[in-house]
Amino acid sequence: MLEIRNLHAKIADTDTEIIRGLNLTVKAGEVAAIMGPNGSGKSTLSYILAGRDDYEVTEGDILYNGESILEMDPAERAAAGIFLAFQYPMEIPGVATMEFLKVAMNSLRKARGEEPLKVADFLKRVKTEAGSLSMNMDMLKRPLNVGFSGGEKKRAEILQMKLLEPKLCVLDETDSGLDIDALKIVADGVNALRSPDRAIVVITHYQRLLDLIVPDTVHVLYKGQVVKSGDKDLAVELEKNGYAGLLDEAA
Amino acid sequence: MNMHAQPQRTAAETALLDAFAARFSDLPGDPAVAQKRDAAIEQIKAGLPTRHVEAWHYTDLRRLLAKVPAAEAGASANPVEALLSGSAILPILNGTALEKTPAIDGATVTRLADKLRDGSFAPALDVTGADDAIGALNVAFAGDGYFVDIAAGAELAAPVELQNVQAGGQTHVRSAVRVGDGAKATIVQRETGTDAALVSSVTNLTVGEGADVMWIIVQDQPEAATHLGQFNAWIGKDAKLTLFVMNAGGKLVRQEIRVATKGEGADFQLRGVNLLSGDTHTDVTMVLDHAVPHTGSRERVRNVVTGKAHGVFQGRINVHQVAQKTDAKMSCNTLLLSDDGEFDTKPELEIFADDVVCGHGATVTEIDKNHLFYLMARGVDEKSARGLLVKAFVAEIIEDLEVEPVVEALEKRLEDWFATHG
Repeated sequence: MLEIRNLHAKIADTDTEIIRGLNLTVKAGEVAAIMGPNGSGKSTLSYILAGRDDYEVTEGDILYNGESILEMDPAERAAAGIFLAFQYPMEIPGVATMEFLKVAMNSLRKARGEEPLKVADFLKRVKTEAGSLSMNMDMLKRPLNVGFSGGEKKRAEILQMKLLEPKLCVLDETDSGLDIDALKIVADGVNALRSPDRAIVVITHYQRLLDLIVPDTVHVLYKGQVVKSGDKDLAVELEKNGYAGLLDEAA
Repeated sequence: MNMHAQPQRTAAETALLDAFAARFSDLPGDPAVAQKRDAAIEQIKAGLPTRHVEAWHYTDLRRLLAKVPAAEAGASANPVEALLSGSAILPILNGTALEKTPAIDGATVTRLADKLRDGSFAPALDVTGADDAIGALNVAFAGDGYFVDIAAGAELAAPVELQNVQAGGQTHVRSAVRVGDGAKATIVQRETGTDAALVSSVTNLTVGEGADVMWIIVQDQPEAATHLGQFNAWIGKDAKLTLFVMNAGGKLVRQEIRVATKGEGADFQLRGVNLLSGDTHTDVTMVLDHAVPHTGSRERVRNVVTGKAHGVFQGRINVHQVAQKTDAKMSCNTLLLSDDGEFDTKPELEIFADDVVCGHGATVTEIDKNHLFYLMARGVDEKSARGLLVKAFVAEIIEDLEVEPVVEALEKRLEDWFATHG
């Protein structure tokens, strides 16, 4: 489903290269964890997948279902089924959360050639999914993410993911800032999305999320490259020995 | 020999003076009114203000008012649907009010032409200074409008809508509203039309003790219109005035807002939205006098500038020496959506009291790239995402009004504007 080939990328308008020859393949139905120390390029990778123009790809390619997405803007990528759950979701004053959810859902439906949702159906879906994430509907009456706590923002991201039903989900440090109860709710939400035709990429710094969302593969990112890949035991090993041991070994 | 060089009159100045000569004998008014008109036209004879007059620095009226339309409208003007459903509409069509004024429970409505004729309105026909060009033009020509007298303690069942509609021509309307002590009212002032007119529209409002008034001005004149508005208000003890102004049309627009707090506990709220497009010029100039102790005000103005539009906000707050404990805060934020657009903000605080809290802030920004990316990452295409963000920027000001039917009606206006200009 996702194939990243020898990707090189830098911060636009500078010479600062962050991704330096990254290779990664994630198959449909797979949950892949990407781990790595601070500054290894994890968040940058997630932004590049979503199409943020602060970064410039200088070499290599990203194939999604066999086709390059480099020329697609973020909205086109989202329409194609790529979703990024942000590490720091944006607060947008003046945009009502419900209005935003409706516009986003209907934009994707339009891209798929479907009719807009009926208001009643829309409300019912939001209510159901919000309930499954233990979210209060009152929260959704506020402007998008404004005044939400860290945990509420992360839940709102997962809510959007469930409503938009993407094919490739990228979760950027979704566990940061969550207490254990919130973490469980979020993990349950993600696990409910596991399906044979969907791939999930979980970017995280810590192993604790991976106890709850058990990955099929684990990849260690260091200095903009995948330096080691393995199964879920690799995450456990990292937790025990830290990155230092592994990186010495890789060096 | 007279050595004074007569300044060359512009085409517009000449047209205005010709119109006055032609119309003077038909303008309603007793001798006292006629005298005020004569004095006012002298001011126009001396020339329209240029950028050398401080109050007009960003709006050089003499240069910008290149020409004026023929005095008479080319067609008849028709009333439009009320902004707020159920409103009592007071139409002023091509400058003429209803001969028989409608009955409004709790208020007395008089036609202004009648009050000019019987002389009872002469004392209120004031030009406030050499730079009061809108006042001068209006006093010279004002023909009609309404005087609405809301009884003390009355709570109007429905909003009142003063509806100025023009189908071209030169129109000068004047209305006055007196809100009695403890009364409560919502008043809408529409400034609209079907053909390019030259309009001066002056409204005077007195808010009695403990009264509560929401006043909404929506100006959406046709593209080539010149709109010169002036809103004067005096707020009594413990009274509240919330003024909302939306400018979403006109080629050359100046809306003056002049407010004074007259009694302790008076509160003034201004919310302004300017939606500017094309090759237009829109100027909102506010002068607020905190003239007594313990009064408060908040002014929040937001502007969206597209095309080659030029916007101006001048906000001056005078805190008089006696006006201790004044609490005033003014902000003006602009979203500049094109490289050719321009917005000038001139906030001024003149504070003569020493125990006050006053502040102002102004920003000019573009659309936040991070916000845009976030919306697009959810599948919203770039154009729609920009639209959502721009609407959100001004909707915040509208939502401040907190009265649901008012918020809904104004957001609908916003939608309409974006549908044609977004």
